[in-house]
Amino acid sequence: MPAVAPIERKESLAEFLQQDLRKDLLRFTTAGSVDDGKSTLIGRLLHDAKAVYEDQVASVKKSKINRSGGAFDFSLLTDGLRAEREQGITIDVAYRYFSTARRKFIIADTPGHEQYTRNMATGASTADLAGYSQDVFLRLERDFLSFASHLGISFVQCIPISALGGDNVVSSSENMPWYSGSTLLGHLETVDFRQARSLDAVRFPVQYVIRPDSRFRGFAGQLASGALQPGDVLVALPSGQETRVKAIVGFDGDSEQAIAPESIALRLENEIDLSRGDMLVSPSKLPAVSRSFSATVVWLHPEPLRVERPLLLKQTTRLVKARVRRIRHRINVNTLQNEPAEQLEMNGIAQVEVETNQPLFLDAYATSRATGSFILIDPFSDATVGAGMVRETFLDNVARTEERDRAALGVVLEDVTAEERQRRHGHKPGILLLGNRGFLAKSLERALFDDGFHVVVLDASGVLLPALRSFLTSLYSAGLVVLCVNASLEPQDLAGLSAAAAFQPDHVVDLSATDHRSNDAQIARRALSFAEKLRLSPDSNASQKGTPK
Amino acid sequence: MTFPTVQPPDETLLPEISDASFAPVLDRRLGHLATLEAESIYILREAAAEFSRPVMLYSIGKDSSVMLRLAQKAFYPGKIPFPLLHIDTSYKFPEMIEFRDSYTREIGAELIVHQNREALKSRAKERIYSFRDSQGQWDPKNQRPELWNLFNSRIEKSESIRVFPLSNWTELDVWLYIHAENIPIVPLYYARERQAVVRNGSIILIYSPDELLPGERAQRIKCRMRSLGCIPCTGAIRSDADTVPKIIEEMISFRRSERENRAIDHDEEGSMELKKREGYF
Ligand SMILES: Nc1nc2c(ncn2[C@@H]2O[C@H](COP(=O)(O)OP(=O)(O)O)[C@@H](O)[C@H]2O)c(=O)[nH]1
Ligand SMILES: [Mg+2]
Repeated sequence: MPAVAPIERKESLAEFLQQDLRKDLLRFTTAGSVDDGKSTLIGRLLHDAKAVYEDQVASVKKSKINRSGGAFDFSLLTDGLRAEREQGITIDVAYRYFSTARRKFIIADTPGHEQYTRNMATGASTADLAGYSQDVFLRLERDFLSFASHLGISFVQCIPISALGGDNVVSSSENMPWYSGSTLLGHLETVDFRQARSLDAVRFPVQYVIRPDSRFRGFAGQLASGALQPGDVLVALPSGQETRVKAIVGFDGDSEQAIAPESIALRLENEIDLSRGDMLVSPSKLPAVSRSFSATVVWLHPEPLRVERPLLLKQTTRLVKARVRRIRHRINVNTLQNEPAEQLEMNGIAQVEVETNQPLFLDAYATSRATGSFILIDPFSDATVGAGMVRETFLDNVARTEERDRAALGVVLEDVTAEERQRRHGHKPGILLLGNRGFLAKSLERALFDDGFHVVVLDASGVLLPALRSFLTSLYSAGLVVLCVNASLEPQDLAGLSAAAAFQPDHVVDLSATDHRSNDAQIARRALSFAEKLRLSPDSNASQKGTPK
Repeated sequence: MTFPTVQPPDETLLPEISDASFAPVLDRRLGHLATLEAESIYILREAAAEFSRPVMLYSIGKDSSVMLRLAQKAFYPGKIPFPLLHIDTSYKFPEMIEFRDSYTREIGAELIVHQNREALKSRAKERIYSFRDSQGQWDPKNQRPELWNLFNSRIEKSESIRVFPLSNWTELDVWLYIHAENIPIVPLYYARERQAVVRNGSIILIYSPDELLPGERAQRIKCRMRSLGCIPCTGAIRSDADTVPKIIEEMISFRRSERENRAIDHDEEGSMELKKREGYF
């Protein structure tokens, strides 16, 4: 057990203070199943980085608890001896703080969940148990990279470590001469974490309006992304009004510039309508203004999430009423497979479609954490019941579903009637759902087009149900034959869609659900024969020139 | 004061930026104190915006001094939009009351003093928004998950929430900030020659002869208070640190200190947990 060495400070105190102010702040967390060794690793990291007091080390040495099998149980440096006394407490993320010459760190050590990440092959996979073998490491690395790619994580760094032995945690390991990469601490000290917040456009949610007297109006908030200077043009949402930054005011005088995530207060050039919950944004890159979007939701409450249950949603400084309109599928956290789901139980993760009563100003979580995240609150118990990450947003005017009629969906039916269009085209409109058979759509489009059909292919991947209905309605009304691929539709959705959009039942065919034994050629034949039935008989096909009304 | 910004650690890891005018903006990043400051100001504004009758608990200690400065910044040039509440346990040192009255008057803050025998205790496991039921009880099983910076402030009339804007600050951060911002603190934090006795290994300040136990004699000791949190058990420590930088230097060297007899740890709930910061609502 190495003793805790004194902090080396060769520089003067003034230099230390100067350098300290230049450190940035990195937050990180542990992830893994119970007993994977997370707390031991953090304890080892704190210990070897000289971030623990001697008396802490001494009391761990004296402690009767030691699950490590070695002389010193590092997990106690993280979990604390108080854990004994506080058993049964369920809030158990332990926060630890330490800093090195280069960075300050905030660590959230999580308890892990037995149900999660079981197959991540971490169990008996610390470097010491693996005999410090490079082969084992390479295999684990390969497995992990493939797992991570399924999660959409693109920056992955694997480091072979043993928390018990301290290998590659702070000091390079002599047990693994084959590894020449950085140690865990070395990586944490140098990793560039700005990709995590890649949006450079301004997002400034108004949090508080400062109005000391009638002459001064300051808009206070934390800059969620981007940078600001006096003179910058901004757009206020939801009003859409343009304005200009007059000054960035502060206790220490006006600033020349503000960068995210600073908490600032702005004076604007002109009097515009702006209050808490509104947002100032870059005119060049607007967020989606939407009441409807898809999201990945984690459910946090014992009572399951059900579709249409009334909820409150908080995103930035905005609190609105919301409902989950549809659960697309649940994600099995072990296999990462999608599973159909009627409801979502506690700790479940699902892709859902959310609708709010007021528009939100949204970016996808992948590009902007601050404007792509939200929490869900039960309006009756006030409990925080869920957390969500925005995936795709959806245009507001087509988001209004059920109650709207066709006109509101953006289809303007003017003088030309459906019959006239049919006579011009020589066929009735039709919709063929082809599932994920994109290649088939391509060859069918060619075949039908060459055969005289007015045909288009609609790739509906990522399109929400209301939007899909709107697109299909438009194309159908235009009299076209639509080959629709990648629509995320359940059978009941299809029935609802047909009814609401007033498609003729015999103008729609779902070939996606076709028994998988039938091969593509059979499906193509069925598609062609379906299209053939849409064709008008030659006598009604008389007027190719159009019929004046 | 404005904080210096941080250069990214390794330029070669960065994507190329074609528009040169953008580069300085994108290359800058907030330092750790500025990041903590931004987060705490956000929390203060959130509390002021969402709660109907917020009040800031003011203990006169260094954490409260930092909180007060953050509140001034959060609502500048407006006044702090909530009163300060000092729960006066009547054990406090006279210097504290003096400081409290003159400083709050100077910055124009509204102060409420409430006499109470028992000091308010916070629990080490509390995070930023801590939910209290109608009895004012903290129930660990009934706390709300905290995700991103989205705080749920919905409560019924009889319930309350205690907000800890300094949850992520360490004691060293607090001192660094006091230094960087030149924040006034109670003089008891600075080392001076003071009348004191050593009692049970702790240095206890003596203000009048009737505070002495039989057989005790006051002596002049150069000492300072490390914390004003828990009265009356708080002892002073021997120290020469009579400026903030010296206090910071002393704090850093505590790690290598052989000093076994540490009255300074009395207010840390269990030696393993960093004390919950005292600044809160
Ligand atoms: N062999 C070996 N055992 C370890 C290592 N790290 C942790 N352990 C042991 O694994 C068990 C669980 O550790 P702990 O840190 O409490 O796991 P947590 O639940 O993930 O926080 C303890 O008995 C540790 O001593 C390691 O690197 N090598
Ligand atoms: Mg643990």
